[in-house]
Amino acid sequence: MARYVVRRLLQMIPVFVGATLLIFLMVNVLGDPVAGLCGDKTCDPATAARLRSEFGLDQPVLRQYLTYMGHVLTGDFGTAFNGEKVIELMGSAFPVTLRLTLVAIVLEVVLGLGLGVLTGLRRGRLLDSAVLLFTLVVIAVPTFVTGLLLQLLLGVEWNWISPSVSPDASFGELLVPGLVLASVSLAYVTRLTRTSLAENRRSDYVRTAIAKGLPRHRVITRHLLRNSLIPVVTFIGTDIGALMGGAIVTERIFNIHGVGYQLYQGILRQNTQTVVGFVTVLVLVFLVANLLVDLLYAVLDPRIRYA
Amino acid sequence: MLLELRDLHVEFRTRDGVAKAVDGVSYGVDAGETLAVLGESGSGKSVTAQAVMGILDSPPGRVTAGEVLFEGRDLLKLKEEERRKIRGAEMAMIFQDALSSLNPVLTVGDQLGEMFVVHRGMSKKDARSKAVELMDRVRIPAARERVRQYPHQFSGGMRQRIMIAMAMALEPKLIIADEPTTALDVTVQAQVMDLLAELQRELHMGLILITHDLGVVADVADKIAVMYAGRTVEKAPVHDLYKSPAHPYTRGLLDSVPRLDQKGRELYAIRGLPPSTTSVPPGCAFHPRCPLAQDVCRTDAPALHRVDEHRVSACHFWRESLDA
Repeated sequence: MARYVVRRLLQMIPVFVGATLLIFLMVNVLGDPVAGLCGDKTCDPATAARLRSEFGLDQPVLRQYLTYMGHVLTGDFGTAFNGEKVIELMGSAFPVTLRLTLVAIVLEVVLGLGLGVLTGLRRGRLLDSAVLLFTLVVIAVPTFVTGLLLQLLLGVEWNWISPSVSPDASFGELLVPGLVLASVSLAYVTRLTRTSLAENRRSDYVRTAIAKGLPRHRVITRHLLRNSLIPVVTFIGTDIGALMGGAIVTERIFNIHGVGYQLYQGILRQNTQTVVGFVTVLVLVFLVANLLVDLLYAVLDPRIRYA
Repeated sequence: MLLELRDLHVEFRTRDGVAKAVDGVSYGVDAGETLAVLGESGSGKSVTAQAVMGILDSPPGRVTAGEVLFEGRDLLKLKEEERRKIRGAEMAMIFQDALSSLNPVLTVGDQLGEMFVVHRGMSKKDARSKAVELMDRVRIPAARERVRQYPHQFSGGMRQRIMIAMAMALEPKLIIADEPTTALDVTVQAQVMDLLAELQRELHMGLILITHDLGVVADVADKIAVMYAGRTVEKAPVHDLYKSPAHPYTRGLLDSVPRLDQKGRELYAIRGLPPSTTSVPPGCAFHPRCPLAQDVCRTDAPALHRVDEHRVSACHFWRESLDA
């Protein structure tokens, strides 16, 4: 097991380098960051040249990347053009997004698993068909539509929530945005749980459990659920990374100043340091989340042992 | 009689219509006795067993008629909770494929101990030591260590021993073994069968052995029930049946066993295929494949004729079959 973890950690290095290099190059292709700094006016050529050499932008791209990564490894994510330290931006943005992701994951687990188990055990009934149809609608409709619709109905028409989240971004405020963020994954979790449950329901070992004379609830919780949830847990685990990075739309709609908001602003203003810095951290989060899922997988399914 | 089936009918609702998987089965077994249920795939032997255990998938499966008398009580009239208490404690079942029949994510100790926790209210710790005892009893080496292992860490033969241990955990009065050795290597088959027979003698249990292996049957069974298309077509003590079958289908089964003294000759096979359960032929279900079939077989379903004191045959021409 320890050897497996070490090997996986080592494997993360090339993935990390590849992903960050890629994003570094892409941001470079986006356009001239100095031009972005000057806004709508054209820059004074002398000032632009001075800025370029000051930020090291006159160096070859690969060189820039190496310099940048060197700084990142010492914890210095650089400074945005407006003078703010990127690390400080992260310090204010990540806790907000983390809370939003947490709300989303909890909703995904509670509602998704709950509905999945309920429908998986009652296949073909009215409730099952209704939930199935509903999840299909949720998956088919884009998040920005669901988000704007909920904001309009709950926030503006009925006044149940504030349409825009305050800078504090408390858990209570993040409930509806979290639901919007989780909606598509939630629908997938429901369907995945339902299918997995229905499949395992017919398996030989469940038949054995019934033949042993176990009470129904014990057959379901101890024998059926444990096995059925293995693929679902995997899905939810990999979803953590996706939710954190994918909150751009949701954070825009509800004006949440989290990672998605900062990324959006960074891209809009061609703020290279911000974009690359945030994406670098997101890549790390994604990699670690995936590693944890793989380890969890071995705990849930003893047939998988890593050597 | 420990267990007696009377004219059991089981139907399955499928897309192709109603499948009469079991269409009038009657057989019985006494304590300490071994009944072999013989028949091709799809003849309804396993479904009958599941109906006895009360573990039919319903829907789509449903018992439509008949009685399952266990120590004189009709199990079909009991409430589900009463039946559950009988399952595992009074009657237990051994399945064919031990790997898929054991839960992959629980240790064998948990799965064995569960019987004592649920039916006897034992603590987890006591149940664990009971599990070790059981594994010793079915001669699994190093039981104390292996009790913590998972099913996939055992060999096929050892896994089937665990299934056997689980079935006899609470010393039930009846064990139904559904092709217990089919998935095993030939060398292991005999060991597992011997173990099962030995435990049965020791505990004086009734054993219903579902199989299509005529070699196994001859060794361990006291009597045989032959099934075809969801019906019992012949019941007889094992030696009488082997000597002179009273049903042409039984004769076909016996003749299709390869024999050393007929090496080189073409192997006998019953011609045609068993009927689908959704379209059983009228009259005697076996008539399209039967060498003795006459006009009457196409129209009249044969009753169970009494051949002698101990045996019956569902064939119009059972006398001819005996003499053939």
